[in-house]
Amino acid sequence: MSKRLGAVALATLLAVSACSGGGDGKAAATDPNAKVTLSYGVWDANQKPVMETLAGEFTKTHPNITVQVQLTPWADYWTKLKAAVTGGAAPDVFWMNGPNFQLYASNKVIAPMPGDADLSVYPKPLTDLYTFEGKPYGLPKDMDTVAVWYNKVLFDAKKLPYPKDDWTWADFTETAAKLSDPAKGVYGTAAQLGSFQEYQYDTIAQAGGYVISPDGKKSGYGDPKTIAGLKFWTDLIEQKSSPDLKTMTDTTPIQLFEAGKIAMYWGGSWNVSEFTANSYTKGKVDVAPLPRGEKQATVIHGVANVVSTKTAHPDQAWEFVRFLGSRQAAEILGQKGPIPAYDGTQTAWVKAHPELKLQTFLDSVSYAVPFPVSKNTAAWNEAELTYLTKAWTGEVPTDKAATELAQAMDAMLAKE
Amino acid sequence: MTVTTTPQRDTLPARAPTAAAGQQRRRGRLKEALWGYAFIAPTGLGIAVFYLWPVLQTAYFSLTEWGAFGGHTWTGLDNYRRLSSDPEVGRALVNTLTYTGLGLLSIPLAIGFAVLLNRKGMRFVGFYRTLFFLPVVTMPVAIAMVWRWLYNGDYGLTNYLLSLIGIDGPNWVADPATALYALVVVGVWSSVGYNLIIFLAGLQAIPKEYYEAAAIDGAGPFRQFISVTLPLLSPTAFFVSVVSVIGSLQLFDLVYVMAGSGAGARANPAFPRLETVVQLFYDRAFVTNDRGYAAAIVMMLLLVIVVLTAVQFRFQKRWVHYA
Repeated sequence: MSKRLGAVALATLLAVSACSGGGDGKAAATDPNAKVTLSYGVWDANQKPVMETLAGEFTKTHPNITVQVQLTPWADYWTKLKAAVTGGAAPDVFWMNGPNFQLYASNKVIAPMPGDADLSVYPKPLTDLYTFEGKPYGLPKDMDTVAVWYNKVLFDAKKLPYPKDDWTWADFTETAAKLSDPAKGVYGTAAQLGSFQEYQYDTIAQAGGYVISPDGKKSGYGDPKTIAGLKFWTDLIEQKSSPDLKTMTDTTPIQLFEAGKIAMYWGGSWNVSEFTANSYTKGKVDVAPLPRGEKQATVIHGVANVVSTKTAHPDQAWEFVRFLGSRQAAEILGQKGPIPAYDGTQTAWVKAHPELKLQTFLDSVSYAVPFPVSKNTAAWNEAELTYLTKAWTGEVPTDKAATELAQAMDAMLAKE
Repeated sequence: MTVTTTPQRDTLPARAPTAAAGQQRRRGRLKEALWGYAFIAPTGLGIAVFYLWPVLQTAYFSLTEWGAFGGHTWTGLDNYRRLSSDPEVGRALVNTLTYTGLGLLSIPLAIGFAVLLNRKGMRFVGFYRTLFFLPVVTMPVAIAMVWRWLYNGDYGLTNYLLSLIGIDGPNWVADPATALYALVVVGVWSSVGYNLIIFLAGLQAIPKEYYEAAAIDGAGPFRQFISVTLPLLSPTAFFVSVVSVIGSLQLFDLVYVMAGSGAGARANPAFPRLETVVQLFYDRAFVTNDRGYAAAIVMMLLLVIVVLTAVQFRFQKRWVHYA
């Protein structure tokens, strides 16, 4: 009985999503002059005011449409959104990130772009990130890249020159060793495990390796070059240029950096507000590009605005997304928020902190690589931690842990 | 009211000589029973909707495979087959059972403190009772965060105190050798207060006459404790043990907060020693989008709880004395 019910429910769901995927049927029924309220789901409390400003600007030119910004804190955002989607109550427009994008696109939860957007004004790795089966699904809102945040006070104490723009892995390792003083609890860097965007994914790309094949079918962790990108970090731990994993579990690298115990922290452009507000790091830190391995690389990521397939107002929703992706919106965003994704609107963001070489983050866009994702990214993200933890503690050699991870990840990808 | 107009509701033959009177009585009883059911109906309905129905649903879902956004396909016993060969499930189960077993330490501790706090003429007794009960009314997440700081390898108070006597303390919750025990300490510490209150009630229900009789027979305080207090406290101890076992088997929040950091619990080298069954369930259901399998994991936990509770009831004859 309930088995049949389930089948019926599944069939209905598929039928419904198939209809709304086209988008035409519903759009025709909507009166363009009717008063419409759109809901807009976001996760960053810091950005809520600027999102509300943007919503207000949009209503000025589209008096029939009002936008309600719905904030859900990051920790609950995806759990709540999944439940809302399942229950048919998702916001009309919402923020999407790379790791979750394909899951939502492949389950037809979000709609592909109607096809008139100019994607050339955004960095290509970002528009690629939000393309699924050849179709773009949303417009990038902002972007972030990775660089080395360094503590000038610790460099001065050891009379070391600040990092140069063209430094290499060898330079980095050597500098880290010179800055380290394990007896005092001071380390050159922190080989963090957990946030792969700022650590492992960058060095894997710099070593010429890859995390996942472009078709999303195969793990790259068995590749010797990928393993070299991981060994960069495990070697730093072994040489005591980084605290061990136990220490980094008790006190996170960012806390250690803000306590003056870490000299070089691989961080993102999103750390600007944190480090300029923190009473210790304020005035003591600056930014250098990531060191060069076999090649120069940084992972780029950014949030995109997407439209729910279940929205009752697809035309208005897309109109709002186009506005959010416009130059005008990007300029407003850049004054108070993250780096806007729209080409040529980033100057306001760089100028906000003239004491820091923020241009570094923008310069690296030219050699940026996209964030590695697949349909169920979360599943192998968990496996990455499970397997690599053993390499980070030194319990298992890095190449062995990576090879085992590759096998586990391949099995997961085969099921997607 | 005549007998003939009354509908025959009884299944019993109404041939007895006092049929009319008997029926009256039975109708009265039936009416009373109906009122009883009417009074428990709201609660019963709540239990059915919020407990029974979800259990049945979960049992059904454990035989299916789920998409991330609903929609499922029947897979029969596949999830259970996978469960039986998943080393992570075995590990989580062992951790959970170890935690549960060690967590029972809170019972003797609670009895000891309850006896101390029950002494006549003790000063500030209200203050001490509040002190012990405080962890019970504190949010588990808040407790976990404070203890996380106490256990910090570099900046924690525990290691600072140890350093005063020349001991270099470990990274308590990040070291596979100490992590589980560090967590047990927090679990026991936060449950002692609750158990203590129940034992205090149990102690106060023991009639004073027993102690007087024991004193006349020449029993000292220790003998009184062994021969009077402990046996008469055993029903309370039985209740507390059943409740704490069920509670410990469902441990989640403490591990979720204490094992994790900015990087998440899985980046903790001690995670394999800390992962509990509910933590694994949470990961499968809400992180890796494997909901059918998650349902199978909790069904297994349900079975473990039923078995352990049944075992406790079976063995209560051996040690529980009802006065």
